[in-house]
Amino acid sequence: MAAKGTITIDQELCKGCELCITFCPEDAIRIADGLNARGVHPAEYVKQHCRACTLCAVMCPEIAIEVYRE
Amino acid sequence: MKKIFSRPECLKPTPFHYCPGCGHSILHRLVAEVIDEMNLRGRIIGIPPAGCAVLAYDYFDIDMCEAAHGRGCAVATGFKRSRPECIIFTYQGDGDMAAIGTAETLHAANRGENITSIFVNNAVYGMTGGQMAPTTILGQKTTTSPFGRRSNVEGYPLKITEIISTLPGAAYVARTSLATPAKVMATKKTIKKAFETQLAGLGYSLVEVLSPCPTNWKISSIESFKYLEERLELEYPLGVMKEVTTEKGS
Repeated sequence: MAAKGTITIDQELCKGCELCITFCPEDAIRIADGLNARGVHPAEYVKQHCRACTLCAVMCPEIAIEVYRE
Repeated sequence: MKKIFSRPECLKPTPFHYCPGCGHSILHRLVAEVIDEMNLRGRIIGIPPAGCAVLAYDYFDIDMCEAAHGRGCAVATGFKRSRPECIIFTYQGDGDMAAIGTAETLHAANRGENITSIFVNNAVYGMTGGQMAPTTILGQKTTTSPFGRRSNVEGYPLKITEIISTLPGAAYVARTSLATPAKVMATKKTIKKAFETQLAGLGYSLVEVLSPCPTNWKISSIESFKYLEERLELEYPLGVMKEVTTEKGS
């Protein structure tokens, strides 16, 4: 069974490049409706899909994502 | 829950000034992770370029010294010769290394200076507004080649990594890319290998990293990663071009 994990996204660091969304194999990340202080729609984590593969964090240019594994 | 991915210790918690989707930010993190893993933080000195990464010293929590435009390898030579116990790396863009700094870079490599250069190739001058660089590929549109680069007018892309790989002083020369997560992780291993080459005292090491520039390529960040993989990697094939494993006699 695949590992279960979770991520945290620092939405104030996010610049909305959407790379994490592109490279996430589980579609566990989406663009938020709200804006951050930079004026961009940041990425947000859609719960219960993450398998802690860290691909989003590896590609995140802003180091806004931290990954946890059970 | 165990934390398995977070910010490397030798990067300050300063938000990057780079554009959304920029490869510099990813590469900064990779360099910082390698420094952490090899436990080099107390004895590594970095030399940032003139270009987009000119403010790299704001992000790395290590000793850094800014060099004049293109003179990274000359400054690194001075550092290495006066403090041979330190690990010295230059972080240079394509304008810094392949245009204004060609002489310093080639001669440092030819002297076999025991330093490491990390060469970020995004095929365009980023900081000054997207002008044509020596590494711009044929057909690529920039603000100074608005109809696409033509070989009969602007010449051919300069492959400085291939040139350096022919020099006897170079010990490790490789080209990697940031196009996919697998290639990003391979880039990290290559940077580690370059630092290990320097630690072993084998000579000059160079890692060219193909990097996206969505702002000056004037496409979205996701499209820029596709362009990187489909176009830039064709012009600049990835791989290790030279690897010396034993020390040469003097």
